[in-house]
Amino acid sequence: MCYDVAIIGAGVVGALTARALSKYKLKIALLEAQNDVAMGATKANSAIVHAGFDALPGTLKAKFNVLGCEMMPKVCKDLSVPYKNNGSLVVAFSEEEMETVQKLYDRGIANGVPQMSILNKDELKALEPNLADNVCGALRAESAGIVCPYELTIAATENAVTNGAECIRNCKVEAIDFADGVFTLKTTAGDIQAKYVIDAAGVHSDDIARMIGDESVNIVVRRGEYFILDRAVGNMVSHTIFQCPTKMGKGILVSPTVDGNLLIGPTAEEIDDKDDVSTTLAGLHDVKVFSTKSCPAVSTRNAITSFSGNRAHPVTDDFILGPSKVNPQFIHASGIESPGLSSAPALGEYLAKVVVDAIGGVEEKEDFDGTRKEVFRFRHATDEERSAAIAKNPAYGRIICRCETVTEGEIIDAIRAPAGARDVDGVKRRTRAGMGRCQGGFCGSKVVEILARELGCPINEITKFGNGSNILFDKTK
Amino acid sequence: MMNYDLVVVGGGPAGMAAALKAKECGVESIIILERAETLGGILEQCIHSGFGLTYFKEELSGPEYAARFIDMVEKTDIAVKTDTMVLDIDDNNLVTAVNKKDGLLKIQAKAIVLAMGCRERPRGALEIAGSRCSGIMTAGTAQKYVNLDGYMPGKKVVILGSGDIGLIMARRMTLEGAEVKVVCELMPFSGGLNRNIVQCLNDYNIPLRLSTTVVECHGKDRLEGVTSAQVDEHLQPIESTKEYIECDTLMLSVGLIPENELTKNVGIAIDRITNGAVVDEMRQTDHKGVFAAGNVLHVHDLVDYVTMESQLAGQGAAEYILNGEKETVYVNSTTGNGVRYLVPQRVNIKNGNDVKLYFRVGKIFKNAKVVLECDGKVISSKKKVKLAPGEMENVVIPADVLAGMNENSTIVVRVEE
Repeated sequence: MCYDVAIIGAGVVGALTARALSKYKLKIALLEAQNDVAMGATKANSAIVHAGFDALPGTLKAKFNVLGCEMMPKVCKDLSVPYKNNGSLVVAFSEEEMETVQKLYDRGIANGVPQMSILNKDELKALEPNLADNVCGALRAESAGIVCPYELTIAATENAVTNGAECIRNCKVEAIDFADGVFTLKTTAGDIQAKYVIDAAGVHSDDIARMIGDESVNIVVRRGEYFILDRAVGNMVSHTIFQCPTKMGKGILVSPTVDGNLLIGPTAEEIDDKDDVSTTLAGLHDVKVFSTKSCPAVSTRNAITSFSGNRAHPVTDDFILGPSKVNPQFIHASGIESPGLSSAPALGEYLAKVVVDAIGGVEEKEDFDGTRKEVFRFRHATDEERSAAIAKNPAYGRIICRCETVTEGEIIDAIRAPAGARDVDGVKRRTRAGMGRCQGGFCGSKVVEILARELGCPINEITKFGNGSNILFDKTK
Repeated sequence: MMNYDLVVVGGGPAGMAAALKAKECGVESIIILERAETLGGILEQCIHSGFGLTYFKEELSGPEYAARFIDMVEKTDIAVKTDTMVLDIDDNNLVTAVNKKDGLLKIQAKAIVLAMGCRERPRGALEIAGSRCSGIMTAGTAQKYVNLDGYMPGKKVVILGSGDIGLIMARRMTLEGAEVKVVCELMPFSGGLNRNIVQCLNDYNIPLRLSTTVVECHGKDRLEGVTSAQVDEHLQPIESTKEYIECDTLMLSVGLIPENELTKNVGIAIDRITNGAVVDEMRQTDHKGVFAAGNVLHVHDLVDYVTMESQLAGQGAAEYILNGEKETVYVNSTTGNGVRYLVPQRVNIKNGNDVKLYFRVGKIFKNAKVVLECDGKVISSKKKVKLAPGEMENVVIPADVLAGMNENSTIVVRVEE
């Protein structure tokens, strides 16, 4: 079988592109090297929907950020993904930084960012009383928001699969041949043929491009480290708080998350090993120190966990989008660093259009449904909804994760969903089981049991995140 | 909606002892709500011996100790619902719980005993850098995998923290054929019982490195090794002492945290040191009719003390249910030199009985004295060859001393070196 389109990389861009393409009568394959979708930069970033004032006017980043930010609320609503329009503040600590704030404001105007204003100290402190006393003012952007990037990706993948796309995991592309107008992708899941290829492989997108002889893409990997703090301090700020940007990025932010936690980070460090997502003592130390500059009361004593993510920084400093000069049937979606998540809904539509236009004469499906049914969440349900759900399925009455109040029914749903969870981290990202303060201490072993039962394998075959990340060895003596 | 005189949240050793005592005191309708599939709590996975030496004067395994109480509960008309999670307790002691069979349960209680136990401190709270690979787990999770599920969670093991579960697991993993390379302890002393250090480490030649921690985990998929380092007097890692240790498993035994989410939701005052409720000598919290006992109140060293404390809570709850509120004049207990916390935090001087104050010290003391001082007068002064943070200590305020106190009185426990 030959696919019309193969998308390499099931991150947020790949998944939203697959969903946008699934509107059409096309055979689509979404290929993912890992055991689950959203395993690269998508899994570990600031989870921010930027307003769009950072990128220089005229860049692809500026264009797609503003478009994506505008599209995000509806995409999240359609896919039943939590999104919150909490607004952002770029805080200045000196008159010099107030000039930067003014520059960002002007840039925002040029980029078409709506609802911006410059606040003085009093206005700022009235809005966010927990900010440091030495703030001078801030740029406020009311259109900014927060979203859960992996939930968005999981939902978009589910929706694409429901609409006929295929998601193939553990499918790492190792070589690409091209003959008679068709690509043959040599993958760890066998050969896959496709007429068009979209390279959304994140930090590896330059490696993929080189497989067709396209040397134009060059990615530098920048690692960012973060802490997630307990819900007890989740409302320390209501806006996403940025410091003034530097050459390496937007600096250390303090932000609420859609799940009610507080996120602080990231650092920015160029590294050689593209897949090294270790945290470092030095990096975590920096996050600790610099986050208290904005919010003195932030303390990692409330840390639930720390993590790091690798961003694909293009040496050209802008997104690389569109057909390759080497082969026009190979479409770049490379260098998608910040504001990649914010841009993703617009990038998905754009990339789909590039392919559809190139193929020509593609019909839309009559039965396309771009909505995803709301997932039952016990912790958000009312007593009446809970009783009704348990009456239908008693598994919704059995709490597995105590900290986040996740039921067995929700975990089973997550495993049985289209492109559902296959490992412990996959269950965690889909249900939040194990994401609370005990970090899976109690529920981890129960999640392993449920996964083994649902997937029909012994518990020692269950992994944390695929590959060799098994949790258990052999039986005891 | 159901009505019970007493709702006990948690069916581990604390919950069962409280329920049984309340029954013995004449409370008619009692229900125990337990989130696991069976009664017994964490004892079910503690298959080693050493339980019951104080309470039963014989050596039992965890499941044996639990079974004695489960048998006693079954011989009464105490109602039990397992696989049932309590979601909420409101201001009027209305309990909301959920399970598969009954769905949402609303139970109106006259009194409540909180006996939810504790949980282990996870990696996230520790700032260990490095990878987030598999093979890093708490000692209790590992214990469940080995003892209840029958699978090995590792073959080459490093244990961080010398809490009792970590020490027990060092021996357990060794007996199952794993190689336990080292137990690292951040502090200059172990937080575990001395008998566990002797019987679980020394007897198996497993080294215990004090003032040593794990600073980094290595490995992409499964753990491949850790970097350990000695720490200075400020507990900061010393760069020159870093050492790579090859292992596939890191077990954490770095502290237990009372599980007080429900307690906090009710608005009950929490002690910053114990992380448990502030209680009086009958273990009543500042919320009328709500009592707390066992590891949810403060982390105990021996289950025997959990049982005894929970009996007090059961008795207190029974008196509250049967006789209503008592006349109370509270005096706070205050920690002096060397004493980290005291439970109970306040004492009703109208109680009429001797009151035992439990405490732990903050560091190791040798040949020291434990002094109880009331209203500036030394009531007792007991010589101790050794006091260690891993072991719970207690002093008794005699009933006649309490009777002579007034609302302005003071109670201080301190260590004299």
